[in-house]
Amino acid sequence: MELLCPAGSMPALKAAIEHGADAVYIGLKDDTNARHFAGLNFDEAKLREAARYVHQHGKKLHVAINTFAHPDNYQRWQQAVDLAVSAGADVLILADIAVLAYAAECYPKVERHLSVQASATNAAAIDFYRQFNISRVVLPRVLSMQQVRALAKSCDIDLEVFAFGSLCIMAEGRCYLSSYMTGQSPNTAGACSPAAFIQWQDNNGTLESRLNGILIDRFAPNETAGYPTLCKGRFTVGSDTYHALEEPTSLNTLDLLPQLYAEGIKSLKIEGRQRSPAYVAQITQVWRAAIDAVMATPERFNVQPQWQQVLAGLAEGSQTTLGAYHRKWK
Amino acid sequence: MKFSLGPVLYFWPKAQMQQFYRDAADSAIDIVYLGETVCSKRRELKFDDYMALAQMLREAGKQVCLSSMTLYEAPGELRELRKYVDNGEFLVEANDVGAISMLQEHGLPFVAGAAINCYNQHSLRRLVGMGLTRWVMPVELSQHWLDTLLSQSLISDIRDCFDTEVFGFGHLPLAWSGRCFTARSENRSKDQCELCCINYPQGRQVSSQDGTAVFVLNGIQTQSGSRYNLINQLPAMQGMVDIVRLSPQVEGTFDWLTKFKANINGTAPQPLPATDSNGYWLNLAGMATG
Repeated sequence: MELLCPAGSMPALKAAIEHGADAVYIGLKDDTNARHFAGLNFDEAKLREAARYVHQHGKKLHVAINTFAHPDNYQRWQQAVDLAVSAGADVLILADIAVLAYAAECYPKVERHLSVQASATNAAAIDFYRQFNISRVVLPRVLSMQQVRALAKSCDIDLEVFAFGSLCIMAEGRCYLSSYMTGQSPNTAGACSPAAFIQWQDNNGTLESRLNGILIDRFAPNETAGYPTLCKGRFTVGSDTYHALEEPTSLNTLDLLPQLYAEGIKSLKIEGRQRSPAYVAQITQVWRAAIDAVMATPERFNVQPQWQQVLAGLAEGSQTTLGAYHRKWK
Repeated sequence: MKFSLGPVLYFWPKAQMQQFYRDAADSAIDIVYLGETVCSKRRELKFDDYMALAQMLREAGKQVCLSSMTLYEAPGELRELRKYVDNGEFLVEANDVGAISMLQEHGLPFVAGAAINCYNQHSLRRLVGMGLTRWVMPVELSQHWLDTLLSQSLISDIRDCFDTEVFGFGHLPLAWSGRCFTARSENRSKDQCELCCINYPQGRQVSSQDGTAVFVLNGIQTQSGSRYNLINQLPAMQGMVDIVRLSPQVEGTFDWLTKFKANINGTAPQPLPATDSNGYWLNLAGMATG
């Protein structure tokens, strides 16, 4: 079982490797990946440096090129694939069928993983993508543990699941809420609820967060104000005002680790390319210890309280959830 | 330019569905999509009921297409999809690539619905190679995006192999989740939802705390808070868009069809109600009006 950690910069990448990641995933410094944030990601020189560093340590580098190519500059997605391969990427994480086909035809020996953005939630969808000779599928965060188990039993392809981090509650790659409010979505611009559209306003002690002018939430002085991701705001339905879609919370599957291991899940992905090197270091350390423990003696695995303590401290709104893995969440 | 009636996205009682499709049969609509695309627990109409409606509509001169689900999570749902694929008579709209996989396996033509991620000429060309005969553009794309895509030389020799359809009227389907938001709005879990969607024939409106309509909850689907309405953009679609889709609303769908048909050439523009938007088509935020 692989521990796959995020990195948005060289220091984060080094932190991940130093603290026990088996592989690191990164993106290029443009909208070819789904974490296209200012000040984040890797240009060509940094990408080469990243590949060298990861390989020196005997680990693997995955490069996410997982937005959908635009009709007027399709070549940029091809060039991103070319660049990642020439820099030494071990794995390409892809979503667009045209980009998948290009990579499969031009670089058949470079592993292709189906990005979560391709939204493959069932065996028939996975069958569809087999024509691109993918070796692994990253599952969207909409499936219950029971559904993950059924897929693991029925498919002979390697599966990767999200283990920890910010929780997308919609089927990834098929959510247009962000472009509805801002004109920019993960599919088209590589960003959800982009920072450029966010405004904060203090109204006599009440802090308001807005996205492109739309009120996402109001925080009383004693409340912690979180980033206004639009699906995690408080809205009114009928006569109730509440987190109509989801609370600001992070996914944490530590409790499910023995089950995920038993089902042969190949890789656990930690979300958070936008996070700091210190965050990546702490999170990697906890998950390394947990995976080592489950692999050593799966039947005696116990979640250590200090692991949960660290993870809770790193979670959005200091809250964690099992998300869709746990049927009751649904 | 033809007009289509999208699948009913809400959960309506059987009698209401049957009345709606009798009205559709009497209307000037050219194409009708039938089927449950949101939630497999909604079973007021079963596969055979949809087939009976499809035959009735075909006899009324409509072209009928069966729409399949968007989010498949369980093997039982795929068995239901298999029935759609094997229906033997009608074209199928795939809203998940899993459906494309099954249709391709049988050598059947298909419609790629708006939730299939086809954003460029290379993907579209590949889908045409797999059997796509009609492409419904993703709802978040603009006139400019469509025009750019269709003008690429890669498409020119296959432009006659497919029709282009645009979602032009109704609340936009924007997201699908493992979670049921309508059940959540009633403090129920999805497993104990008691099919409460049936109490909300136009979904449940979600407003910001200062009163702006932002979304509509429709079970596991989240829709746009405003109604999308491209009636005044029809003249700009000439030569690019073959079919304009109207998504069934609880009231007034066929009145709007009449208005749309009257404005194909721009001779009967309509003032947009404040609750409508057209931002996506105009390359703005979806909820904006241009």
